[in-house]
Amino acid sequence: MDLINNLVLGFGVAFTLQNMFYAFFGALLGTLIGVLPGLGPVATIAMLLPSIYALDATPALIMLAGIYYGAQYGGSTTAILINVPGESSSVVTAIDGYQMARKGRAGAALAAAGLGSFFAGCVGTIVIAAFAPPLTELAFKFGPAEYFSLMVLGLIGAVVLASGSLIKAIAMILLGLLLGQINTDVISGVPRFSFDVPELTDGISFVAIAMGVFGFGEIISNLSRPAEHREVFTKDVKGIWPTKQDFKNAYPAVLRGTALGSILGVLPGGGALLSSFAAYTIEKKMRANPGDVPFGQGNIRGVAGPEAANNAGAQTSFIPMLTLGIPPNAVMALMVGAMTIKGIQPGPQVMTSNPELFWGLIASMWVGNAMLVILNLPLIGIWIKLLTVPYRFLYPAIMSFCCIGLYTLNNNNFDVFMAAGFGIVGYFFFKLGCEPAPLLLGFILGPMMEENLRRALLLSRGDWSAFLTRPLSAGLLIAAALMIVVVSLPSIKSKREVAFQEEL
Amino acid sequence: MKIKSQKDFWSGLMFIVAGVGFAIGATNYSFGTSARPGPGYFPFGLGILLAVLGAMVLFKALTIESEGGDPVGDIGWRPLILIVLGVVVFGLALPRLGMILSLPILIMISSLAGDEFKLKEVIINIIVLTIGSWAIFIKGLSLVIPLWPAFMTA
Repeated sequence: MDLINNLVLGFGVAFTLQNMFYAFFGALLGTLIGVLPGLGPVATIAMLLPSIYALDATPALIMLAGIYYGAQYGGSTTAILINVPGESSSVVTAIDGYQMARKGRAGAALAAAGLGSFFAGCVGTIVIAAFAPPLTELAFKFGPAEYFSLMVLGLIGAVVLASGSLIKAIAMILLGLLLGQINTDVISGVPRFSFDVPELTDGISFVAIAMGVFGFGEIISNLSRPAEHREVFTKDVKGIWPTKQDFKNAYPAVLRGTALGSILGVLPGGGALLSSFAAYTIEKKMRANPGDVPFGQGNIRGVAGPEAANNAGAQTSFIPMLTLGIPPNAVMALMVGAMTIKGIQPGPQVMTSNPELFWGLIASMWVGNAMLVILNLPLIGIWIKLLTVPYRFLYPAIMSFCCIGLYTLNNNNFDVFMAAGFGIVGYFFFKLGCEPAPLLLGFILGPMMEENLRRALLLSRGDWSAFLTRPLSAGLLIAAALMIVVVSLPSIKSKREVAFQEEL
Repeated sequence: MKIKSQKDFWSGLMFIVAGVGFAIGATNYSFGTSARPGPGYFPFGLGILLAVLGAMVLFKALTIESEGGDPVGDIGWRPLILIVLGVVVFGLALPRLGMILSLPILIMISSLAGDEFKLKEVIINIIVLTIGSWAIFIKGLSLVIPLWPAFMTA
């Protein structure tokens, strides 16, 4: 059994003391970040990128992965306790979770979220282990045209789920792609858009963009708003464990959510966000048992289902990144960046060239999930305390870490100045209602997309129809077009806007 | 002509300017042919596409009514200037003054950007963060960061 052998190899890597420590550290950090409003996983991973120079590739990626799913958990903790979703994917958790907390059942809600997520995480890990190899085989059949089309699909998929205007989101992708053009052309060796600045011939560091836009830009926009006084729900969290009846109600929702999340997470651009929305919709449609609390007033299924789906989706969204090297969201884009920093070209060959990294990462996902349960259930009280750290202490700390990190990228202050510039840009994006995440995705994929486009055109002798005559490529492009059409339909458009309104 | 959505108007304009700028810049590089695309091929196409999308956003901003005109709102000049200034000063100071001085400068300037400035708290923050950064980045991760001012180590 290959699957068993591979998992044994993976767990061998994951269970070393060092890697356990990094998984734990990542999960802890991720939970902290998820709990703290205004500090997302994208900014944190960007902040930590320079420090992974000092680590080996495997522990570095294990730690980053830990941050990613830790943030998913932490985000739901605040969603339940104070009705502030720390992550966009926990928006739906807040609906019923906060109502449960108001009725003094915060413990049950948190436990349902935690255990549901853990179950989903276990299934997600097995799904990755089972389906990554066949998908990798498929990846080897991909030519440049297919890769290009897949990236188009991935980018479109990522934006149709973003909030706000679709045209603006696509425009932001294009802007990101163009910023990715500031480099030395790989094929001809011509430096482009560098204005004779030697640092620019290597391209803009994406850490500088990420920290500038997500770190500094967000700080500026937070500070320019009057300090809002959130009403923290101070009632003690009593009784962590749900009742027997709760378990009976919640477990079918967890099963449904897990299945849904595992499937949707694999789609490029799908990921955790879509699956939690879909799971909530399904739970709402399911027949209510007699004596059930209505949805929107604290139904435990409304917490358990979306949480399970969100975590399963978060796990399986590693598949496109690991097998194809294509990041489905901004966090994954940073992971791809981290891999390149460590000299690993993401893509189908990773599984054969770095099997201990590949399987170790998968196994440590499970380890990280287990640690999250251990961390979260007993420490809920401490997380609430952390929420009281005032922002005026927090943001200078974020800035200090970002600035030091930027300097150490190349031991040079050029990146610090670039990030300062992108901080201004990021603030104006915020002011103009332009989502910055698609820009980052475009920026990461830009050079890869150009290379594949140009190679595909070279192979087809300049015939653009090659993208539509090759069946796989055509299918991917049609799927991308369908996504745009579906989202633009008036009925779905209004629903999409309503769904995201609560997030703003 | 009345602007119906301020935000979309300015973002449309931004996309057009950026798109046209990149497209013009791309003409400096060989365009090639479809069969042999040169370094200017992809950025030129993208630039044009971005400008077209920008025009669509702009057109929408001028025609479709939005709630309350969708105003951009006041620009928070104080945090904008002070945060960016703090980062730039840090960038300039670090190679010369070392982390021991440039980090406190950064924290001081950026703390002024908020509206709850209390000197005592800021000093505590400076001490904690400077020692913490030393412990994490220099001691823990052994990154090469100048700690002391250049005139002291020379």
